[in-house]
This record gives sequence, C-alpha cells and structure tokens, in this order.
Amino acid sequence: MLRVDIFKKLGDFTVDVKFVGEGRVTGLFGSSGAGKTSLVNMIAGLLKPDRGFIAVGDEVLDDTLAGIHVPPHRRRIGYVFQDARLFPHLSVSQNLHYGRRMNGVAHDSAHQDRVVDLLDIGKLLTRRTGQLSGGERQRVALGRALLMQPQLLLLDEPLGSLDSARKAEILPYLIRLRDEGGVPMVYVSHDPRELRQLAAQVVVIRRGRVAAFGDAESVLADVAPQFAD
Amino acid sequence: MFDISPAEWTAVLLSLKVGLVATLVATPFGIAIAWLLARYHFWGKSLVDAVIYLPLVLPPVVTGYLLLLTFGRKGLVGGWLADHLGIVFAFRWTGAALACGIMSFPLLVRPIRLSIEAVDRRLEQAASTLGAAPWKVFLTVTLPLALPGVLAGMVLGFAKAIGEFGATITFVSNIPGETQTISAAIYTLTQVPDGDAAALRLVGVSIVISMIALVTSEWFARRATQRMHGT
Repeated sequence: MLRVDIFKKLGDFTVDVKFVGEGRVTGLFGSSGAGKTSLVNMIAGLLKPDRGFIAVGDEVLDDTLAGIHVPPHRRRIGYVFQDARLFPHLSVSQNLHYGRRMNGVAHDSAHQDRVVDLLDIGKLLTRRTGQLSGGERQRVALGRALLMQPQLLLLDEPLGSLDSARKAEILPYLIRLRDEGGVPMVYVSHDPRELRQLAAQVVVIRRGRVAAFGDAESVLADVAPQFAD
Repeated sequence: MFDISPAEWTAVLLSLKVGLVATLVATPFGIAIAWLLARYHFWGKSLVDAVIYLPLVLPPVVTGYLLLLTFGRKGLVGGWLADHLGIVFAFRWTGAALACGIMSFPLLVRPIRLSIEAVDRRLEQAASTLGAAPWKVFLTVTLPLALPGVLAGMVLGFAKAIGEFGATITFVSNIPGETQTISAAIYTLTQVPDGDAAALRLVGVSIVISMIALVTSEWFARRATQRMHGT
C-alpha cells in the first residue's frame, strides 16, 4: 500500500497530491507537465516535499511534521526512468547487479534467473550498453531495478521514448511482471491504453492536483473517452 | 650524443621521481577540489578558485619564495612539520616535489573539474535509487565517468611538474643528486664552458619524456571516452 499526501512548490508550479494506492499497479495519468515526474521523484526520495507524508506499507519515507526524510539510497524503491539511465561504463551484467551489490543483497541465482527469463535478457548480459536497442535498454533497466529486490517499483513512462512497435514488444513483459513479479508498481503514463492494460487503479493528475481517482476503467472512460472500447 | 653520463642520469631520474610523486600526491587533492568546485556553491568559492590558479599567473620566483617563507625550516608550516612530524622540505627533493605539485595544480584541477561537470547527474540519481550512498555514487559512477579528465589532468600536471624550474630552484636550490632536476641541470650546463653537448642530451631526454607522456594520455583518453559511450 502506498500512501501519498504531499505539497511541493516548484517555482510558479505547485504539486499538491493526496491518494492511497492499493493493489498491484497504481497508474498515474496526466499530460506532460502535469507534475507526474515530480511526484514520482518525491516517492523515490530524489525530491523532498515541502509538507506532507509518504509511506510504503508500514514504512514512513517522508513525514515533514516528524522531520523524517529517508534518503533515496535507503528507500529500496526501484525506479525505471523513461531514458533507462544505464551506466555506460559498465556492461549489461554489471548494470544488472549494481543495485543488488549496493544494497548488500546476497547473490541469488534463482532470483536472477527468474528476472533474466522474465525479461528475456539472457543473451544481452555480456554486451556493452551502447550496443542495445531502445527496447533492450528498457528491459535491462527493469531487470536492474528488480534485482535489488525493491519494495516498490516506479515506472516513469518506461515506454515513452519507444515507437509503437517497440512498445508492443515491451508491454507483455510488463504484464508478466505485474502478474509474476510480486512487487507493487506505480506506473506513470500519458497513454490511457497502456494504463488500461496494466493498472487496476488510476490517479489522474492535472496541473499538480488530483483530478480523478478510482478504478482504471471508469476513471479513464471519464477523462479519455476517445480511447474507451 | 645519447651517451648519457651517470650525473645526467641522476638528474633525469630525480626529475621523474619528483614529477611522479608531485602528481600522485596532488591528484587526490585535485579530485576533491575539482569536485567541490564542480558541484557546490559556497561562500568564498571564487577566492578558492583564484588561489588555485595563482601559481599560473604569479612569477614562479614569487611562488618559490613564498614556499621558502612558509615551508622553509623557519617557516610557519615548515618549522611545525619538521619539529612534529620530521618532514623537511627545504633543500630536499621533497621540497622540489612540493613546488612542482603546487605549480602544476591548476593544470591538474581544470580538466578534472570540466569532466566532473560533464557527468550526467541523472546517472547519479539512478545510482542513488539503486541503493548507493553518496560516496559510493561518487566512487562507482562519477569518478569512473570522469576518468578521461582525471588522466588528462594527471598527464598535464606531470608534464608541467617535470619542466618546472623557477619555483623549484628558488625554494630548494640546485643541488646535484638532491634537487637538481633536468631543467636545473640544463640551466647549469649552459652556464659552464663545454656544457653544450650535455645540455643537448638532456634536452633530447626531456623531449622524449614529454612525447611519451602526451601519447600515453591520448591513448588513455581515447579508451576512457569509448567506455563513457558504452561501446
């Protein structure tokens, strides 16, 4: 369960968002500039809210009244960025193990095999990151986040920089991840079709505020009826 | 012409020792200062910047004399170091290394600073979300990606250190076997009759050393750039 109730001023723009995400995937829907990435950065701890509260399960990550701000490296939250952000000086395999090593998680080859199989990246392990396609980069970024055994996975438009053929290539992996991965996810997108396929609940963000919140079908039917079945 | 005498070899080896020690000792400080200047805004930053670049614009004799006043046996810092830690700089090769290190410091810092500024902060953010504490982010992401600049700075610093003359000779004089580097030896040889052939030999040696340093740094820089692009 993810509880968020935060306020943050960023120049002229304010993010003031409150919701409780339950279920495997919470979708964050909104156009670009709506404040989705700022919100996700606050959940990851990269950005500190001016006021408010963030908790994953029983663990309080931010509570400005109590003076709590857990730094990002102690949150154990996997973050998959739109631009993958693989480390160029490391091989694919070294990238995959980076989070595991930094967190002092013992090497678990069964878990590694599951993640590698799930994402179908076994044949990429020895490559350099510069030799990967866009879709492969995103799959490796997903694997890197999963191998640190996160308590929550943040996916910020992971398909945003891919063309529609590549999107169709990755989406099945995300669905498998939701059904077999066992890690709760926050999935950010401005594409209602992706969210309908993945998320049970959707939070609609507009100009830094929650414009709607509820189960994916009905919320998306209201805000984006042109994409309804 | 390349029949180098033992005395000349002594000067060559001393220069290499002084240049290497100066560069190796200065590099960690250079990385720390470059990182501070690249990543933080703090009160007095422009002053720090100016002090680091001062040896580049001051007459070397002035820097050498200031070193003598500060690090000499009776100097404020030099006296304390000699009494408490037994470290003596005055008229020792260690003093030559100190003078060379300070004179080459601006050349060492600048490429490191530029390459740290060029490191993508978003990769550092990614590393922190993956569980890396700030110092681990620095060691595993920032520093490896800034490596081309670090190596370039080291080679430039080494080349400058090995050629340093004014500050060194002012601070630690020109003692064969102790503080007489290639530059000082060439200078001495040009002051005596029949010194031309020996001076030319040392000129040749210093050209060879500088060329090797430049070619090596180019090679390292190319490799490091390839790493940076993940190929």
